[in-house]
Amino acid sequence: MTAFHDEGAAPRAPHQVLDQSDIARVVTRIAHEIVERAKGAEDVVLLGIHTRGVHLARRLRARLADITGRDIPLGALDITMYRDDLRLKPARALEHTEIPPGGIDGRLVVLVDDVLFSGRTIRAALDALNDIGRPRAVQLAVLVDRGHRELPIRADYVGKNLPTSLREAVKVQLAEIDGGDAVLVGDRDYAARSSQALAAEEQSGDAEQPSAPHLPE
Amino acid sequence: MKRHLVSAADLSHDDALLILDTAEEMAQVSARAVKKLPTLRGRTVVNLFFEDSTRTRTSFEVAEKRLSADVINFSAKGSSVSKGESLKDTALTLQAMGADAVVIRHGASGAPLRLAESDWLHGSVINAGDGTHEHPTQALLDAFTMRRHLAPGLGRDLSGRRVTIVGDILHSRVARSNVLLLATLGAQVTLVAPPTLVPIGVESWPCDVSYDLDSVLSKTDALMMLRVQRERMNAAFFPTEREYSRRYGLDSLRMGALPEHAIVMHPGPMVRGMEITAEVADSPRCTVVEQVANGVSVRMAVLYLLLGGATLADHPTRTNAEESTK
Repeated sequence: MTAFHDEGAAPRAPHQVLDQSDIARVVTRIAHEIVERAKGAEDVVLLGIHTRGVHLARRLRARLADITGRDIPLGALDITMYRDDLRLKPARALEHTEIPPGGIDGRLVVLVDDVLFSGRTIRAALDALNDIGRPRAVQLAVLVDRGHRELPIRADYVGKNLPTSLREAVKVQLAEIDGGDAVLVGDRDYAARSSQALAAEEQSGDAEQPSAPHLPE
Repeated sequence: MKRHLVSAADLSHDDALLILDTAEEMAQVSARAVKKLPTLRGRTVVNLFFEDSTRTRTSFEVAEKRLSADVINFSAKGSSVSKGESLKDTALTLQAMGADAVVIRHGASGAPLRLAESDWLHGSVINAGDGTHEHPTQALLDAFTMRRHLAPGLGRDLSGRRVTIVGDILHSRVARSNVLLLATLGAQVTLVAPPTLVPIGVESWPCDVSYDLDSVLSKTDALMMLRVQRERMNAAFFPTEREYSRRYGLDSLRMGALPEHAIVMHPGPMVRGMEITAEVADSPRCTVVEQVANGVSVRMAVLYLLLGGATLADHPTRTNAEESTK
């Protein structure tokens, strides 16, 4: 883990942190870790969180199939109805939630998302799982952990720990929807609607040095 | 989407598709073990029913409860309305109690619009049937049912599908809402009724009119039978029930004249032997029971889209007011 120092207020163009081959390697490594931790991934169910988590879960499933030679059940989860900030924006369109036919009862559910940030999305996903079934255990795999957790949540499998300031925005691009694979970090624009960004703007003095959260390694 | 749902004409093509697509997701919830979402926690929805209704009120109540809203049922019978209270005073009372949405059924056409346009209530107004005017959520659930059978798939509309609505068009709020919504979704609608049961001004509606059921059967993808609303009839609109039934009722012979894929719909309540025979009502092509189930999904979608996000968006002062009250 490298120490991170904010360079100040000068706006920077987004720069690439991970490229296509990095992302491919990361997905393969996470797949191996899942097999290792879950002792062969016998009862694993992958659930991707919309939008990019679904595509990552699909890639992870392909790698797992290469490694274990078995088809891992794959589903998609839309957590919109469980969000805690629904009242801050007009009602949003829903995405398709798909639970694999075998269900999740007694299985090891691995949630897959692109960026782990405040942890609120994962909190909502855990609430959604609660209504869908009772897994044996729930684990979390993310491509990027950018820190700044607002809830006691951590990832079990992390593609890359990416220390950031609240002023920055992390953008994951995947070939399936964005035309190419990349992880970019740049300055957050003023249109950013996150409560954190707004808070950071209000008390910009504090936001310059966010208390470095303890990141899992 | 607008803040209220008073008329099917309020819905644009995109709004209508958004509701139908959202309803597809809501339908999944109804198939789960835990049929509940936390989405409308803390919101209060009042079901204000000045007219009797079991189906619609229950359907709304189930939808509201599945979204975790607090539900208050207010029916005219046994309430202060029977003591002579006006709509305005009832609305002011509900506003004072903090209703976030009011689902209203009223015998007078236009009552929901009056409520929506007034400043008596700040919440959303959802029309659950007003007089002989409109019943937009019924039209939405009918369109949802048609799409599932005739054009399945998210994001698809009903363009090119032919819908025939038969029966008491004059008194039917279901027919009016359906004509408006189905036209928005691109379907071709034909109304079939005796001349006495066709409303004045129908030529301005986006649909065709026929007096002969048999001639349109072969060109129909969805056939919707309506009940003859005796309770609203104050004159002789047709000679005898028997004659009506023979010319405009659906029996298995007529059902046989429909194309293979066509479905038979009915908004309920059905009068078996009048507009529909028991044989047709019980056949697998009749979607009456399915329509009821779809009604819950569609109403969940409407409630979510009206109440699920930030509400009172039309009031610039809302954030301060909301923050201070919560």
